[in-house]
Amino acid sequence: MNWQAIRAIYVFEMSRFFRTLLQSFVSPVISTSLYFVVFGAAIGSRIDQVEGVSYGAFIVPGLIMLSVMTQAISNASFGIYFPKFIGTIYELLSAPINFLEIVLGYVGAAATKALFIGIVILGTSALFVDLSIQHPLAMLAFLVLTCLSFALFGFIIGIWAGNFEQLQLIPLLVVTPLVFLGGSFYSISMLPPVWQTISFFNPVVYLVSGFRWSFFGFADVPIGLSLLAIAGFTVLCLAIIWWIFKTGWRIRQ
Amino acid sequence: MPMVRITDVRKAYASGLEALKGASLDIHEGEILALLGPNGAGKTTLISTICGITQPTSGTITVGGHDVVTDYRGARSLVGLVPQEINLEPFERVINTVRFSRGLFGKPKDDALLERILRQLSLWDKKDNRIMELSGGMKRRVLIAKALAHEPRVLFLDEPTAGVDVELRRDMWEIVAGLKKAGVTIILTTHYIEEAEAIADRIAVINKGEILLVEEKTALMTRLGQKELRIELHEPVDALPAALADRGLRIEEGGQVLVYTYDTAQERTGIATLIREVSEAGLVLRDLQTRQNSLEDIFVGLVSKQEDAA
Repeated sequence: MNWQAIRAIYVFEMSRFFRTLLQSFVSPVISTSLYFVVFGAAIGSRIDQVEGVSYGAFIVPGLIMLSVMTQAISNASFGIYFPKFIGTIYELLSAPINFLEIVLGYVGAAATKALFIGIVILGTSALFVDLSIQHPLAMLAFLVLTCLSFALFGFIIGIWAGNFEQLQLIPLLVVTPLVFLGGSFYSISMLPPVWQTISFFNPVVYLVSGFRWSFFGFADVPIGLSLLAIAGFTVLCLAIIWWIFKTGWRIRQ
Repeated sequence: MPMVRITDVRKAYASGLEALKGASLDIHEGEILALLGPNGAGKTTLISTICGITQPTSGTITVGGHDVVTDYRGARSLVGLVPQEINLEPFERVINTVRFSRGLFGKPKDDALLERILRQLSLWDKKDNRIMELSGGMKRRVLIAKALAHEPRVLFLDEPTAGVDVELRRDMWEIVAGLKKAGVTIILTTHYIEEAEAIADRIAVINKGEILLVEEKTALMTRLGQKELRIELHEPVDALPAALADRGLRIEEGGQVLVYTYDTAQERTGIATLIREVSEAGLVLRDLQTRQNSLEDIFVGLVSKQEDAA
């Protein structure tokens, strides 16, 4: 293993993050605050409580998931797409590194950034609502796994994308709707039965539900299913990446 | 064992384009080899294949004895590549991108070495600048610094002076000469013949994916070189005197100059006889000049010969 190379990629990618610290740090804080104002204050005053938890606190896990998923995808996809776009990919291809090391560097950095943003949002939320985390270890495990698996997914998108439009396509058309419809801001049980059934086909439901369980101890779906969903998604992404590695698809002519 | 050995390498792209058609070439340690060829000849493909950016369709390449496909780590750690295009992240700082390159090649941090490289390339003052603040010439130096950051034994320069002004080109040649002194094997591609002529030890001519010739520069120029003898006359002539009619002379500059082309490799160049005959024909010499054919003439000759054969 070329650990130096993994470290070099990781440090280089993180430096991009710290260079735009204002954007990286302030924007999640502001958007979280906005969600609290809009959903927490405006809607929360009418909903009051969900299963014994104040609405403001109820949306915290979903809010964190929403940001973490989109940030992990956009950071990882941009991280590998940008060198392709400006041509610096030549250096990755001519270096004594293999695909696994490239993945570890880029996905590791993207997952770290997403994790950082997740923690920032958690901290910001604590300023607005009373939060208690019933299963802190499970919470952390869910958070880290989500960061990693969605960074892997973002990396695949970055490899696949041939232009900036395609880079935005999947996050915009697939991920954001799935996350919004995945019970980030409501409990699935609040929906009419038909929509409940449909919701169970949305993989994000399982992630949000499991994450919420680690906070409040209740969930829309059994926690085992949530674990299975996140594990399955990670394995799927790893399999696709392994296939890309085997075939050199979209990387090396 | 040559530093780089290329054996019967073919490269066909998915589009069907055959960029290399069985190229073979040995590159010796410590030399400067110029890979000379017109645009689209396969120069960049050949370099990319050695450096791992593309995979050969068939054939083998070794660098320092390491196969570039099966032992890519061994091969690639010896190689530095300066690409033709200025591919740099505009918002990044010079020192960071050079550090990144070193790390990518698995080398531990060594700021003293990077300082030496940046000073050598007159980039030390700019180390904290963002890439986008640099001039085109400076950016090219950054690419060289990146390629040198991991102390390669072989350096590939793909068209290092394309679109570069004369002064910077001289600088670049000096940099290359300095690297050679430090023991680095250098392969540069160019379509500027003067460049090959000025700095290379050996010249390989490539066209349409085939290596047409590899020779010591000086040997190449004497072997294929032709000389011109220009005889300037005191009085211009309208036509050649009958006695000189079959000597293959050309009249130039309104009859003021007679031009005789000869091969320096031949035992008898025929110059002495010619001059005697010119005098006997009643023409008075004012001056004599000889001119060595440039590499350009050789090159054009080779490429057109290949086209005739095809």
